[in-house]
Amino acid sequence: MADPIRTTALTLKAGGEDRIRALDLTLSARGTTVIMGPNGAGKSLLLRLLHGLIAPTSGTIHSTGRQAMVFQRPVMLRRSVEANLLFALRRGPYAQDAENKCREMLTEISLNTRAKQPARSLSGGEQQRLALARALSLGPEILFLDEPTASLDPTATLAIEKTVQRSADAKTKIILVTHDQGQARRLADEIIFLHNGQLCEHTLAAEFFEAPTSQQARAYLAGQLVL
Amino acid sequence: MHEFTEAFRLAFALVLAGDADLIEIVGLSLRVSLTAIILACFIGLPLGAWLAITRFRGRGAVLVVVNALMGLPPVVIGLLVYLSLSRAGPLGSFGLLYTPTAMIIAQTILIAPIIAALSRQVIEDLHAEYDEQFRSMGLSRRETIAALLWDGRTALITVALAGFGRAIAEVGAVIIVGGNIDHLTRVMTTAIALETSKGDLPLALALGLILLVIALTVNALAMSLRRKSHSFAHG
Amino acid sequence: MLRPALAALLMMTTSAAVAGDSIIVQSTTSTANSGLYAHLLPMFEAETGITVNVVAVGTGQAIRNARNCDGDVLLVHAKSAEEDFVADGRGVERFDLMYNDFIFVGPPEDPAKIKGNSPIDALAKVEAAKALFASRGDDSGTHKKERALWDEAEIDLSDASGTWYRETGSGMGATLNVATGMGAYTMTDRATWISFGNKRDFEIIVEGDETLFNQYGVILVNPETCPSVKAAPAQAFIDWLLSSAGQAAIAAYSRQGQQLFFPNAVKPDQNG
Repeated sequence: MADPIRTTALTLKAGGEDRIRALDLTLSARGTTVIMGPNGAGKSLLLRLLHGLIAPTSGTIHSTGRQAMVFQRPVMLRRSVEANLLFALRRGPYAQDAENKCREMLTEISLNTRAKQPARSLSGGEQQRLALARALSLGPEILFLDEPTASLDPTATLAIEKTVQRSADAKTKIILVTHDQGQARRLADEIIFLHNGQLCEHTLAAEFFEAPTSQQARAYLAGQLVL
Repeated sequence: MHEFTEAFRLAFALVLAGDADLIEIVGLSLRVSLTAIILACFIGLPLGAWLAITRFRGRGAVLVVVNALMGLPPVVIGLLVYLSLSRAGPLGSFGLLYTPTAMIIAQTILIAPIIAALSRQVIEDLHAEYDEQFRSMGLSRRETIAALLWDGRTALITVALAGFGRAIAEVGAVIIVGGNIDHLTRVMTTAIALETSKGDLPLALALGLILLVIALTVNALAMSLRRKSHSFAHG
Repeated sequence: MLRPALAALLMMTTSAAVAGDSIIVQSTTSTANSGLYAHLLPMFEAETGITVNVVAVGTGQAIRNARNCDGDVLLVHAKSAEEDFVADGRGVERFDLMYNDFIFVGPPEDPAKIKGNSPIDALAKVEAAKALFASRGDDSGTHKKERALWDEAEIDLSDASGTWYRETGSGMGATLNVATGMGAYTMTDRATWISFGNKRDFEIIVEGDETLFNQYGVILVNPETCPSVKAAPAQAFIDWLLSSAGQAAIAAYSRQGQQLFFPNAVKPDQNG
């Protein structure tokens, strides 16, 4: 199992502005951490910092273990459904048995009959299912998801959530950015609430939804516009 | 417009008769230009992809140079290759001047910058889309280039066609380094230049028509290949 | 004189010409465009098995290429330039091979009224009338000859270039295409003119003057300065051209019933 992810004085400046301000975080080593906050709070930036896609201006991140990420808009290679999955499988722990694992995973996400089709001919929901399977095929110990269901309908959203939950149950650490309070309630074990690049709350999910301590979180949960 | 009708008549007559000289010339044209485009792709595609995904000091200047090289007149490249391959030149001892190999070298130098510059644009757009995904997966630079080239194949076929078109159509470079030697280095364009200089304009035009048909055929073949991969790219 | 001794020397120092050899001839265009090589080479190749590859460029370019050692034999028509080439040690020895003559061609209405004039008088009239004149302008043998005639007529062309005097910078055929296209006079060798396909209504305007004599020469590129020269097969080709068989083959070549080249090699057997 992965060590907990820790940051110290994590800071990101971009375009002359502080986008992430001196975050000191220690995420739980297991379960699902959901990052919430209004638009522009810095949720996606924090996720990318933690995953190492962008470098911090200052401060440190400590994390170990294999990682994978699912993006808001699935990045489908211009290849078949099967080839998209194999592309990742051959890089991960299942490389030796990639073909069999591929068939198995496609069956799990109900895309086995469409294995030979161009991935980009799939619907948005199907593409995101494939993107999630592709991320999981890397055998991640930490899985990052950046609003993976933001543009999906409820059925597709449910399918994604089920798979994420199954991974969490299988001891994969999940770090998820979402705008969807319902989704956060369904999946989160702990919540990080950001506002304006600053940490407002970091607490267990149950406590966060019961009794948010910060004014910004209270307003956000009440459905008010938080500036 | 007697020349035009005569040219069409001649073109048909040459093709229908399966004229041996014509077949030899067409064969050499295709051999030289297809080899050149393959070599130019081996050089230009990785270079274009590398330029697309790499940021370094002076990159802007390099891009300007590569783009400018696209506009180099074939005759200048012919001269540079001639001076290099000439017996008096630095590579003279290989004895390559006035051989098909010299023509392939000249055309490769002519079109490699075209392949590099155009593929750079294609790959840069694709890279913008794939960058985070690939970095998330921890792809090396080499793996990234390979994946981008494969996924950009639809557009890159068009890039290769642009290069092939320039190669098969140019006369300035191959006539200098090939010498337009009958049965050895005579290709369609140098044959057309020769017939024009003999004042046999209908025959020159007929050869031009045949060259046009060859170019159309190669393009049609490439396009059918492109359509096959197209559904994966945009489906 | 020198040649048989030299040939013997070459036989000793280099391997003898054998079937399967191939040589490169740097040549003037008129001999190629008129079809002479297509007539001669199959005979020579059948006899010896040696392949002759012809690079047909202007005389000036041919000499420059040969100076770079990019050829085994030089076959051009600019005697003084050829003699310089030999004097510089780039060629072994120059031999007269054949001749024909230069002619002026132009539109049938003959705007400068020069028909039947001597070349020198004709050029003076062309200048006076500012009639269009297309020049090779490419340092070829024909171009050198044409400039020599202008010099002889004491006409300075430096201001005329681009006005009535048009320098194409191209080969004979391209220049003839330009001339017939714009209705300009031009000077050409007779062989190229007879075999040229795009004459339109152009006619021969000036011909038959001894100043228009056009001598072709052949030279072995010097293997001492150019070690890549395939001296044995190249010498075999030159020997054949100068032999009675080669000379007869040149004389036998005609287009449209007209002989294009007149052999005038000094017979080797009269030469030793």
